[in-house]
Amino acid sequence: MSAVLAVEVPYWGQSLLRVLGGLVAVLLPAGTIVYLFLFKMMSFMQSRLGPMEAGPYGSLQLVAEVGKWMQKEDLAPENADRTIFKMAPLVVLVSTFLLVAVIPFGPDAYFTNFAVGVFFGLAVSSISVLGILIAGWASANKYSLLGGLRAAGQLIAYELPLVLATLGVVIQAESMNFQEIVVAQNTGAIFGFEWLGNPFIFTQFIGFLIFMIAVQAELTQAPFDMPIAESELVSGYMTEYSGFRFLIFFIAEFATAGIFALIASLLFLGGWGVPFVWFDWNSLDDVSWWMNLVGPLIMLTKMLLLTFIIMWVRFSYPRFREDQLQTFAWKVLIPLSLANIGITAILKVAV
Amino acid sequence: MTMLSDRQQLSYIASQAADARLNVELETEGMTLNIGPQHPATHGTLRIICRLDGEQVVWAEPSAGYMHRGYEKLTEVRTFPQVTTLINRIDWLGSFANEVPFILAAEKLMEIEAPPRAQVIRTILFELSRIANVSLFLGDLGVQMGAITPVFLAFRDREYVLNLIEGATGGRFHPNFDRIGGLKDDLPKGWIDETRQVMIKLQQFCDTIEDLLFGNEIFQSRMRGIGIIPADIAKSYGLSGANLRASGIDYDLRRDQELPMAWDKADWRVWTHPDGDSFARCWVRLQETRESCKIVEQLLDQIPAGPIMTKVPRIIKVPEGEAWVATENPLGEMGYYVVSKGDLGPFRVKIRSASFNNISVVPWALKGVYVPDVITILASLYFILGDIDR
Repeated sequence: MSAVLAVEVPYWGQSLLRVLGGLVAVLLPAGTIVYLFLFKMMSFMQSRLGPMEAGPYGSLQLVAEVGKWMQKEDLAPENADRTIFKMAPLVVLVSTFLLVAVIPFGPDAYFTNFAVGVFFGLAVSSISVLGILIAGWASANKYSLLGGLRAAGQLIAYELPLVLATLGVVIQAESMNFQEIVVAQNTGAIFGFEWLGNPFIFTQFIGFLIFMIAVQAELTQAPFDMPIAESELVSGYMTEYSGFRFLIFFIAEFATAGIFALIASLLFLGGWGVPFVWFDWNSLDDVSWWMNLVGPLIMLTKMLLLTFIIMWVRFSYPRFREDQLQTFAWKVLIPLSLANIGITAILKVAV
Repeated sequence: MTMLSDRQQLSYIASQAADARLNVELETEGMTLNIGPQHPATHGTLRIICRLDGEQVVWAEPSAGYMHRGYEKLTEVRTFPQVTTLINRIDWLGSFANEVPFILAAEKLMEIEAPPRAQVIRTILFELSRIANVSLFLGDLGVQMGAITPVFLAFRDREYVLNLIEGATGGRFHPNFDRIGGLKDDLPKGWIDETRQVMIKLQQFCDTIEDLLFGNEIFQSRMRGIGIIPADIAKSYGLSGANLRASGIDYDLRRDQELPMAWDKADWRVWTHPDGDSFARCWVRLQETRESCKIVEQLLDQIPAGPIMTKVPRIIKVPEGEAWVATENPLGEMGYYVVSKGDLGPFRVKIRSASFNNISVVPWALKGVYVPDVITILASLYFILGDIDR
């Protein structure tokens, strides 16, 4: 990061920049997704206009919503376990912030860059399960409890295909470091054709599909929104939350959607990079400094593309039943991703 | 006695097994879950008390009456023409259809009949209110299962029908248009052409819903084989309407009884489905909406000229006697048993509303299903709270 600014930044300054950058990286995708997709795209799909009053074209609606939530009283049910009831949304948000820590936005624009970034990312993404389980239990509400337990079952079941789908990429890139995965995609070639690089979406298409389905389930979006299931469980584990604690859940949901889309674009779409052939770069060290500015924009574009697909599915499909959902994970996705890993490994060694 | 299919037998066995398991296996304690009275899936204030074993329902009982408005009693202190204002509000989505059987019962007591023009227009409005009612059901189906888009399409297209009803009667939800001996007014100018166009739109809406929902694999996996009600059970619980026809019983009061209405002038058919599951109930309703569109389209060409009111006295006194008239309303068989003592108002009215009988099968149908299926079964049984509680 210091290389970007071309000046020596002291350690505390770097830390401050990272904290600010982290806030932007979490809140900006969340806000964009909520406005563009949840407010506008959903409305257009349903032949209505969506918010139009707050700001030009309703663009400040989100600010108004946040203002509304912040004003509300911080309620906790009488029988709730207050300490952990209040803690639960924060636990969910923590996993979002930890996830963003390993995501690179450019050759030097990253928060932290370490060898097992993929591993770390997948590990911290399951912290949110704890928060949801806590929320479901502490609310002292039967609907919340059902929702929390469903969420726990679902998130754990879909963690597996998520990890297994990622493994195919890791095998192909021979690294668990996000930067090296990006470089591997942008320096690669498809049958000697170098101009596009080698985004793993082509070679790992099954992996990509499984990853996106698992992400859909991890985010508890329809058709996998059994834990929330507003028509049967009212709002699942979030039923008893109001005011800014609900807001935190809400931000976490959409920020995590954005971040999973970022991870998917890193793993399958070439990440922040452009094919290195275009500018005669050979390795990460050759990449020009301006990629630190263009990279985040490329990432944002890819993120919006992928969240568009996530939301598209969300607005179109009815939801699975709990047992059908588990069957789908254990009997379809996991065997398929195992086969995908096997085939990838064999081809990697043989070719 | 009808033969049960394998699937129906299996579901019955599963429900019996769930009943037995609570005591046999581990000494576990079930959980009682109150679905409602305030719950998004109950369309109002129905309360369903469920005893759960995990996510499986062991025992369920609907508890109605949270919206009881005492219409049967209130009719006793109203004159006959005033009653239609009340009974509009029974099934509030298909209000005009509520008025018709009561008016027919009163006409039967007075031994008069509406003129042919009024009969045809009555039938058209009756079918329009069915379309308005069932099209909302078709959209609402998706919401119950998490698909949020179809309901907006349903609201949009139902609006066309409501506009038509408003154009003819002046009221969107509660027309109060039917009179003893005919109708309040004639149709406005241009209404018939507009109705033809709307019927085309509504048939397209049915196609859209069929593509969006009924063809969806998740929808089918949530609906098929779930909540099976065999024919004999359906009969013994007094189900009616699409719920009964979905169990394979070919029974439709529009066709099966003689009424001074115009259904016999149109060419249409009664759809049944052999399965008796949630999907069948929804599918039958979808087909019925199409048939209703066809009925309206055909009747529009056959509106005879003539008066819309017969001669009735200014102050209506219904002669002494008792009459029972039931019609095939959007929700099922709806009937009024009217007892008159020759006064201005009825002495006693018994309202047989379809939903009340339809939800009586809930304890049977919910046994052994999972909580998510409770919602789909309730949605497919399709009740309206006003129709349950009156």
